[in-house]
Amino acid sequence: MPANNGRELTLAQAVREALAEEMRRDSRVFILGEDIAEAGHPFKVLTGLVEEFGAERVLDTPISEAGFTGVAVGAAMTGLRPVVDIMFGDFVTLIMDQMVNQAAKVHYMSGGKWRVPMVLRTTLGATRRSAAQHSQSLHAWFCHIPGLKVVLPSTPYDAKGLLKTAIRDENPVAFFEDKMMYRLKGPVPEEEYTIPLGAADIKREGTDITIVATSSMVQVALGAAKLLEEAAISAEVIDPRTLWPLDEKTLINSARKTSRVIVMDEGYGRYGVAAEIASVISEGAFFDLEAPVKRLGAMHVPIPFSPPLEDATVPTEQSVFEAARAMCG
Amino acid sequence: MATAVDPSQLDSQTGNERWLRMYRRMFTIRTFEEQVNDLYTRALMPGLAHLYIGEEAVAVGICEALAPDDYITSTHRGHGHCLAKGAAPDRMFAELLGKEAGYCKGKGGSMHIADPATGNLGANAIVGGSAGIATGAAFTAKRLKTGQVSVCFFGEGALGQGSLYEVMNMASLWKLPVIYVCENNLYNEYTHYSEVTAGDILARGTAFGLAGESVDGQDVRAVHAAARKLVARARAGEGPAMLLANTYRYYGHHVGDVSRDYYRSKQEEQQWKAERDPIQILSDWLCGQKIADRARLDEIQAEVKAQIDQAVEFATRSRYPNVDQVEQDVYAGE
Repeated sequence: MPANNGRELTLAQAVREALAEEMRRDSRVFILGEDIAEAGHPFKVLTGLVEEFGAERVLDTPISEAGFTGVAVGAAMTGLRPVVDIMFGDFVTLIMDQMVNQAAKVHYMSGGKWRVPMVLRTTLGATRRSAAQHSQSLHAWFCHIPGLKVVLPSTPYDAKGLLKTAIRDENPVAFFEDKMMYRLKGPVPEEEYTIPLGAADIKREGTDITIVATSSMVQVALGAAKLLEEAAISAEVIDPRTLWPLDEKTLINSARKTSRVIVMDEGYGRYGVAAEIASVISEGAFFDLEAPVKRLGAMHVPIPFSPPLEDATVPTEQSVFEAARAMCG
Repeated sequence: MATAVDPSQLDSQTGNERWLRMYRRMFTIRTFEEQVNDLYTRALMPGLAHLYIGEEAVAVGICEALAPDDYITSTHRGHGHCLAKGAAPDRMFAELLGKEAGYCKGKGGSMHIADPATGNLGANAIVGGSAGIATGAAFTAKRLKTGQVSVCFFGEGALGQGSLYEVMNMASLWKLPVIYVCENNLYNEYTHYSEVTAGDILARGTAFGLAGESVDGQDVRAVHAAARKLVARARAGEGPAMLLANTYRYYGHHVGDVSRDYYRSKQEEQQWKAERDPIQILSDWLCGQKIADRARLDEIQAEVKAQIDQAVEFATRSRYPNVDQVEQDVYAGE
């Protein structure tokens, strides 16, 4: 990480700075979505961009997710670099044909002739009391599709560096931001940097157990690691940062070192990201494992509204701590 | 709204060579598709094929009004659009047979021909699936001020897809140079369109403020005249349009759809072929105007047939892609 001279940004500010820098660098980059111009998006992630870049490049659309995502695919194929804003991750249901049947396949179906350099930015994450249609984490759907790349930053630093790389990528990239982390602060240097896709980051080194965590679950894992430290268990926390491409080597090496692994992801546990990563680790580190790889994800229920019910659906520091202690016992 | 242009107004501008070129293109599409049917029924072609025979005047009349770098998107019934925009029959056939020399190295097949060199953004096997892509291409043309126009071909079956109306709305709001061409061949696969389509078709575009025009899709001169007008309008920055071309699909939904009695009569098919055949209509006019005589048209037909025979020969003799290519082209730049 470059020296940062103590500068801190929120995750929302880091995302905005990445977009602004890329739009200054490349006139082909533009953003489109609902309420993104003067409104700056309901989470105010995009505030100020329309003033600098104008309504032509920070384009308010009708509430037509499938339509404007399709427009972005065509614009990307013909020379622009669209960044599509889907206000809530739950609304990706409306754009799946454009992402899965169009964006993901155009390059392959055309024998490598057409390219779709676009970014889909959207949110994930529960516990905002937004109920079943504004709280889901549906990124696993995109991981399942060849032709797409999937990015889940967990810090302001990662968000900025990964988004800049995603915008410069020649392929459709789905970029998921945890809506509960927009106000999380972290160091972000003034100077230019990018982070390659496919490079995991060891957020905390440890020797007794590996906790692989994505996006919203990274902070939970780090909190659990502190609790474990008090119980004399040394936990390593690894954030894959991009689910495809996936840095399998770093994950497997850590599993070989610690011999115990928990994988956490806020998507649904069943058939989810945690299951895939657990499988990669089991296949790659089987003879070094002391215990089956443990998965922790969202409960298999629609996200409920009532706060105590909703809080019960996602892993917590305490639940990770208990799972880890049981495995190390 | 639906004011057709008198084709005779264009005759002096377009010139006789242009009509003969359109005749050649239409006959090329027909002969190409007859060969597809033949290859398929002899089990030499894998997969699916949806024939464009009967609708040739629509693709040819419109693409003749486009510049080489103008964009089109096509459909599962797309061979005609691709050929009309300039695709070469030999590489088309190679693609249909899954050969490496095909336009998509055999990875796309009949329903996914794409070719940047002729402005073909790709045929699309999701009904209505390319409306966004065509609109996005028009968005780029406007943003970069390239002067290009984008044409979205779709069948009347796509009128049932909501995303079509989403992008029409945006195209109108943003005055994009895109023309939505609805080819009404009367049948959504195996269902007459009137059973599933309420109201006035053209009004679905004009409701969004698109210019609307309706033409006889069997008359290439009428199609071409309407296309020239709408293309010029779009290029001049006057915004999007919807062109409704009324036409007919001679064959089934796909080549395997041979027993069609349950959804339409043989008599209906015969009547369209005898009275409304687009190639016959154009050749009658060409001969009547003394632009060409029968002998000249026969000469063109013989040339086209020879070209198609060579194209099939080329495709048949071409090699399949090596299996190690299966994982190539999933991601660009890697």
